[in-house]
Amino acid sequence: MPNVLVIAELFEGKVRKGSLSAITFAREAAAIVGGGFDLLVLGPGAKAAAPSLAKYGAGKVLAGEAGEYVAEAYAPLVAKNAAGYAVVCATATAMGKDLMPRVAEHLKAGMASDVVKVANQGGLVLVRPMYAGNVLAHVKVKTPVAVVTVRQAEFEAAAETGGASPVADAAASPAEAAAARVAVAGFEKVVSARPELTDARVIVSGGRGLKSGDNFKIIEQLADLLHGAVGATRAAVDAGFVPNDLQVGQTGKIVAPQLYIAVGLSGALQHLAGMKGSKVIVAINKDPEAPIFTVADYGLVADLFQAVPALVTELKKVVA
Amino acid sequence: MKILVPLKRVADPDNANKVKIASDGSKVTSEGLEWKLNPFDEYAVEAALRITENAATNARLGEVVVVSLGPAEAKQQVTQALAMGADRGMLVEAADEALDASVVVDVLEKVVAEEKPDLILAGKQVVDGDSNQVAQMLAQRLGWPQATFAAKIETDAGLKTALVVREVDGGVSKLKLTFPAVISVDLRIVAPEGVKNGNTPAEKKYNDGPRYPSLKGIMQAKKKPLALKKPGDFGVTPNPRLEVLKFEPPPARKAGVKVPDVETLVAKLKNEARVI
Ligand SMILES: Cc1cc2nc3c(=O)[nH]c(=O)nc-3n(C[C@H](O)[C@H](O)[C@H](O)COP(=O)(O)OP(=O)(O)OC[C@H]3O[C@@H](n4cnc5c(N)ncnc54)[C@H](O)[C@@H]3O)c2cc1C
Repeated sequence: MPNVLVIAELFEGKVRKGSLSAITFAREAAAIVGGGFDLLVLGPGAKAAAPSLAKYGAGKVLAGEAGEYVAEAYAPLVAKNAAGYAVVCATATAMGKDLMPRVAEHLKAGMASDVVKVANQGGLVLVRPMYAGNVLAHVKVKTPVAVVTVRQAEFEAAAETGGASPVADAAASPAEAAAARVAVAGFEKVVSARPELTDARVIVSGGRGLKSGDNFKIIEQLADLLHGAVGATRAAVDAGFVPNDLQVGQTGKIVAPQLYIAVGLSGALQHLAGMKGSKVIVAINKDPEAPIFTVADYGLVADLFQAVPALVTELKKVVA
Repeated sequence: MKILVPLKRVADPDNANKVKIASDGSKVTSEGLEWKLNPFDEYAVEAALRITENAATNARLGEVVVVSLGPAEAKQQVTQALAMGADRGMLVEAADEALDASVVVDVLEKVVAEEKPDLILAGKQVVDGDSNQVAQMLAQRLGWPQATFAAKIETDAGLKTALVVREVDGGVSKLKLTFPAVISVDLRIVAPEGVKNGNTPAEKKYNDGPRYPSLKGIMQAKKKPLALKKPGDFGVTPNPRLEVLKFEPPPARKAGVKVPDVETLVAKLKNEARVI
């Protein structure tokens, strides 16, 4: 009997790459709690998307057509389909964070948010960051069901294992009263040719030191050369240099690319909380005392307006 | 119109890297750090005040009640919210260790039954536990709709509904809520354009950030009602759904090197780190 249920997320009819991190978590958790894992996908186009989830080794893929996402409608659906599972998990995307606490309450279950690691200590132990990533807590869920969101940056996207999990219909559930008092009133998509921050191999982030939105062009040039994404600090977003979607940190995206280049940003701990897990960190800042240098593998003390264009020129010699 | 704002005190968030973990991993201490009102809760208080006022005439259009769960000393943070302009406060005394989201929700459910607010405005997360669960769990417990991570709230002039703008993956989503409802706020809510209530005229511009308590506000706060309670007063015995086995520091990053110029940097990225 599979013991772990993974909630996969759809965006415009396709499964979000982030959901593959929850599958990796589910494999690790199943190795501890026993059994295997199943997948649940809900939303418009769920049945069409289900086959793309069938190659990851799930016991089955449950698919349920549903209206556009609102937590009030999805929480009872997830709770209904979660009957019998020991662990119910999703990736900590905006949707995962919005939905899963509501699911947990539905199931009267304890919930561990933003899990970065699992451990086996007479049962499933979930490791999660607190204090903006400055403390890791090892927690045990005392209720029969554990609800979990997992950090995409800490669990690799699951690879396909071949095979074809059977696809079945998800159970339906009657609408709850709360759903009648909420309505989706629009969605403005951010369109960008660059990779999403959470999926990118390379991220170039700019801070207040850029001084204007126009100056962000040099950040974009560097990012494009490395096929990377552009990130920013809260200060840069609040100053209107770039849209909020690019914010990295405690209140933005949590990222862990292969290479993170921090330009003209000081490295406030709320920013570090979102990028400290990057494999290699480069910092360019004119202030040798800037805290970003305490986490940087390579630090360059320089004026960014000279250093970044020079870096672009130099990189062009070595990357195609 | 009544808004309930839950509050928590936290160790100074700008020094979260200075908290200490007991050598046996049994607890986290924050000696030497100031206690602050959780920043997102402070933003929720600001948003609640903006919703319940006409900022041009200073007329109050509703009541803001703040409630904190925490040790006796958290009275200070409740008083801070009162000094900002909240009308009444409540402190439910409980040791921080005895609380997880479900216990907080157990108590808040009872407070809501007593106070009957139209809206619960919460911070999106506390910056010590970083769990981001209370608002959503409470909404489900009450059977109310929710809008999390609000960057903007626009109510109708009668304060019966809200259009909530939320920054989510891949774009900006808008939800229309009919009260009673739960809204959790993100930091952009305290931008000058964060809240529109259909009463404060559009010409009236807010400053960026939460308001500072005025001297008058601080004096008045001392006279505002602040009820002291215990979970038992609400028939709640704290019974967390989570158990923390231990705390540990995150893996430290090893100190890096300074490079003299971009040529060296590129060479190191290529030959040493092998990331380009
Ligand atoms: C509740 C809360 C949540 C927060 N969440 C986040 C978050 O998610 N993400 C986030 O980023 N911040 C967050 N912050 C804000 C954070 O505390 C900092 O204020 C912010 O990260 C600072 O941004 P910055 O580094 O761009 O600006 P600054 O701290 O002003 O740093 C600018 C840097 O640029 C350098 N510089 C200037 N000019 C040049 C030049 N010509 N060449 C080279 N270097 C130059 C300076 O030396 C300086 O180090 C949060 C704050 C709070 C209270």
